[in-house]
Amino acid sequence: MDFQFLYILITGILIGGVAGYLGTLTISKRMALSIDPLGHLALPGVALGLLYGLDISLCAFLFIILGMILIWYFEIKTKLPTETLTAIVFTLGVAITFLFFPLDHDELEQAFIGDISKVNFSDVLFTLFLSLLLFFIVKKIYQKIILINISEDLAKIEKINIKKYNFLYLLSIAIIVALGTKIVGGLLSAALVAIPAATSRNLSKNLSQFSFLSVLFGILSTLIGIFLFKITGIQAGPLIILSSVFFFFISLFKLN
Amino acid sequence: MSEKSDLPILIVKNLKVKLENEEIISNLSFELKKGEILTILGPNGAGKTTLLKALLSLIPFEGEIIWQKKIKIGYVPQRLPFIKDVPMSVEDFFKLKNSSKEKIEKIIEEIGLNKDFLNKKIGNLSSGQFQRILIAWALIDDPDVLLFDEPTSGIDVSGEETIYSLLEKINKERKLTIILITHDLSVVFKFSDYVICLNKNVICQGEPKEVLTSQNLEKLYDKEIKIYQHHKH
Repeated sequence: MDFQFLYILITGILIGGVAGYLGTLTISKRMALSIDPLGHLALPGVALGLLYGLDISLCAFLFIILGMILIWYFEIKTKLPTETLTAIVFTLGVAITFLFFPLDHDELEQAFIGDISKVNFSDVLFTLFLSLLLFFIVKKIYQKIILINISEDLAKIEKINIKKYNFLYLLSIAIIVALGTKIVGGLLSAALVAIPAATSRNLSKNLSQFSFLSVLFGILSTLIGIFLFKITGIQAGPLIILSSVFFFFISLFKLN
Repeated sequence: MSEKSDLPILIVKNLKVKLENEEIISNLSFELKKGEILTILGPNGAGKTTLLKALLSLIPFEGEIIWQKKIKIGYVPQRLPFIKDVPMSVEDFFKLKNSSKEKIEKIIEEIGLNKDFLNKKIGNLSSGQFQRILIAWALIDDPDVLLFDEPTSGIDVSGEETIYSLLEKINKERKLTIILITHDLSVVFKFSDYVICLNKNVICQGEPKEVLTSQNLEKLYDKEIKIYQHHKH
């Protein structure tokens, strides 16, 4: 048995599954914008990790949190729309990457679209721990976040602490996008979260189907991507995202 | 009308609401007793929804809003535009409140729908059915007061009539106090004990047949209004 391949499979399944689950909370008009830019914010972190041999997910996480704090600070200072501020901060992330972290071509490729072949045993343990943690956080905040997304007024009347739950939600997003950089890189990790949930939304009638199918499509597209990588040697990141988009296209023909 | 106690369930004194430096409501005072139905009447943008939100402490206000102690309030919002973003069955929606299946089935029947509706997708309900679900959602925890914000449009007339009969039935059965926003004069005459005519300032308040004179209504809507329905049944 090829242990390296086993590590890759386990890491992929864990990240793909949890990203799918968390993704169902992002399918709401009010949340749509928040995830994509985070991948760009992760880039300088990934680059820093690659340059100095540090864990790329950890560095990515720190940069995402830093970016979120900046956006939050600008929001308080300026009252500009979040979209505008997010655009400023995430382009800053890309600019910093190119200016301050001189990567060679291969490293740049890894930062952008990931390199799953680099996954080792400690990555598996790290991913297992964080995925389980995330799974429990998401399960705990799920109903509350859904209600907050539907109506903050109703959530307030139900005495839900909106700030606390939004914070836990954003923290979860930051963790999953950071974890995602290990398998699909900074530019694609937001897609791990968004696409399976979008596919599942097209097919589901209720919340349990919605989260179940999203986890399933998250795992399936990661598995297919990884097997295609094994066969062809092409980077797994883009293959995973392509499989994910493939399922999305199929779901269009069975809109519920 | 149902049994009423004399102690006010709600006292509002000199209520003022400002949103982004614009005064939306100025100097509103009234009292409400248990089991009463209060309607709030006024044109679009008059501050009706703002008033409900202030009563729920969802927005900042000046003046006093005093609810009787340990009172439970149910709120039926005007609309929930984001609810269709997520695939959700009617049962899922109730489960957001941690309600038991038994309670959900009971309330669904009380508002005149059958159990089959629990498996329906929220997005596939008609506007009338959805509104009933919203009422049931507000009622499931047995509130003492129901705040109901009427949608401006989108509900067919026959649907609307049954909603008000439903509210009246619930008012009697549960001795529920109701605060109701409406645009429909006939609803005010038919169902309410007390009316507040709001167009930023209070134009009139009191028993509908006493205060809803053509003169007051003209002032309220800035145009001539004919009253067709005068009798409470």
